[in-house]
Amino acid sequence: MVPTDVIAKTIGVHGQSPNMVDYAAERAGFRWQDARQALDGLAGGGLNIAHEAVVRHARSDRRDHVALRCRDRHGVRTEMTYGALDERSNRFANVLDGLGIGPGERVFVLLPRNAQLYVVALGTLKNRSVLSPLFAAFGPEPIRQRLGIGAGSVLVTTPTLYRHKVASVREQLPALRHVLLVGDGAPRSTPAPPGTLALADLLDAASGDFTIGPTDPEDMALLHFTSGTTGTPKGAIHVHDAVVSHYATGRIALDLHPDDVYWCTADPGWVTGTSYGIIAPLVHGVTTVVDESEFDAERWYQTLEREGVNVWYTAPTALRMLMQAGAEMAAAHDLRALRFVASVGEPLNPEVVRWGRDVLGVAIHDNWWQTETGGIMVANYACMDIRPGSMGRPLPGIDATILTHDDQGRIVLGPDDRAVEADVGVEGELALRPGWPSMFRGFLGDAARYRSCFAGGWYLSGDLARRDEDGYFWFIGRGDDVIKSAGHLIGPFEVESALMEHESVAEVGVIGVPDALLGEVVKAFVTLKAGYSASVELRLDLLGFARRRLGAAVAPREIVFDPHLPHTKSGKIMRRLLKARELGLPEGDTSTLELPS
Amino acid sequence: MTEEQAREVMRTVLRPIAPEADLDSVVAGETLQEALDLDSIDFLQFVAGLAEVTRRDIPERDYAQLSTVEGCVDYLTTSH
Repeated sequence: MVPTDVIAKTIGVHGQSPNMVDYAAERAGFRWQDARQALDGLAGGGLNIAHEAVVRHARSDRRDHVALRCRDRHGVRTEMTYGALDERSNRFANVLDGLGIGPGERVFVLLPRNAQLYVVALGTLKNRSVLSPLFAAFGPEPIRQRLGIGAGSVLVTTPTLYRHKVASVREQLPALRHVLLVGDGAPRSTPAPPGTLALADLLDAASGDFTIGPTDPEDMALLHFTSGTTGTPKGAIHVHDAVVSHYATGRIALDLHPDDVYWCTADPGWVTGTSYGIIAPLVHGVTTVVDESEFDAERWYQTLEREGVNVWYTAPTALRMLMQAGAEMAAAHDLRALRFVASVGEPLNPEVVRWGRDVLGVAIHDNWWQTETGGIMVANYACMDIRPGSMGRPLPGIDATILTHDDQGRIVLGPDDRAVEADVGVEGELALRPGWPSMFRGFLGDAARYRSCFAGGWYLSGDLARRDEDGYFWFIGRGDDVIKSAGHLIGPFEVESALMEHESVAEVGVIGVPDALLGEVVKAFVTLKAGYSASVELRLDLLGFARRRLGAAVAPREIVFDPHLPHTKSGKIMRRLLKARELGLPEGDTSTLELPS
Repeated sequence: MTEEQAREVMRTVLRPIAPEADLDSVVAGETLQEALDLDSIDFLQFVAGLAEVTRRDIPERDYAQLSTVEGCVDYLTTSH
């Protein structure tokens, strides 16, 4: 498997030498304890993410360095220094403390990308409470489920999001003691809705001094939800020690230098928006661009140009939309400040990697990781030649492999109970040797599900991939029914359950179908109950029903009626077969299929 | 095109994308995306739908103008 094309690297684009100049040498000498040494630690021992991200800079000569450069949706620009971010987040920590919210309690955030989000996130971590971000494009049902599973004590959101998505499910959340509303342009005199508190008033009244209490590196810090094939979403637990991974990957995989201007476009509701939108850049003391508005090609180019972005971390869907907008739009902007561009969420098509080189002036570095891994695991690096279409090679400190599957999709274990590694070029499951700092420590309240993620001494990613003779990894697809749309995982069961609540639905199967822009889109196949007949009106009614419950990010984009869904003998809908039919693929092993009698 | 015709075009285009969305509930100044819980993809489909129904080319640089109801009405009722 000799790669057909390679983007060769010259070390030191724009006169800046990368942090890592020799992959093999760095890998050979890498030790996590050395990465940990680069951090401060708390006086008296312990490790707290917020201390590393903001307090230590605020106490150094970087105090007046700009931490956040925010653009609101009207394009108005504001800046916040490390010193100010430290003071504001101290206030939020005091607000939590004053409300009686203690260490380990979950604080959920449902906020747009603005400075408040950073204040709340860091204040939560300072208070040793657990930060759990939600996605603003979720509907009331995914929000209720996650707040319920996480037993959230506090929710911080905007009045609009509260009205649209939370108020209707509030009664079903007995653990939720406080809802704090940040202003979203409404005059301060507007009374907060019943059962909520105006955060601005609480922050004004709180002290700007706060001392972080003793924090064990293994204390829970972050709770990120992810979707599986079956059942409810899973809350992946991450601990304060994860900051060691965030620091190391920010240095090696994003090549952050102290005077960089950095922009991560990920939504704070997903793990990338936290690990690399908040933590990694602040730990490195760089200036982070925070843009409140949604994707808009012209505005994004303007942001890259006007803010002089040096390091940019974005996603394939966005890059493909920029490609669609045309090279002329890019050419109208001066993008020479860009030094390093990375992408995550789903495999990046080779033509997008090359488009970056030709149109942005820098190739795009794909990388791979998951909610469970907490940080980048496999990546393309500034110093390493790119093989377009490959996710790159494992991070120094990360041991990755491909494990052999049997024909049922299970890992093959040898006589000594060790997993069997696949040969070069052979497809199998991408697996990682446990033990890196940002590895998830459990699924909240679901020990069995956590255990099932490990076998034969490896963490099993659920992603299928292969490895070439030089150790580059190539993504093949998901090993299960989870749908990946715009880089986000969507559990088919969650979508099916919502549609089943509609009075007309007898049965439903949900799969991902390929889409040029989004990777996959959610498609639902619905069997109607007797007495209902298929019509455009009913289809739109179902679509609206699903969107109201699930929100735009999770709801199906396509719904079709299908009176004959394929079932297993035990009565389960076979999504795999549904997908094979949809794509016109061979239907594979159908021995468990129920045959029409 | 009159203002009412422009609103009717918006309703027609929005319906297959977000059947639950009620255009009349949007308050002046609110963005369509925020008020109607549309994501970026919904919005791009909405703009593509406007272009198709009105048979005019809508360049990317004009998308920002279409983010509110008033912006859409202005855009659709004036010739470019």
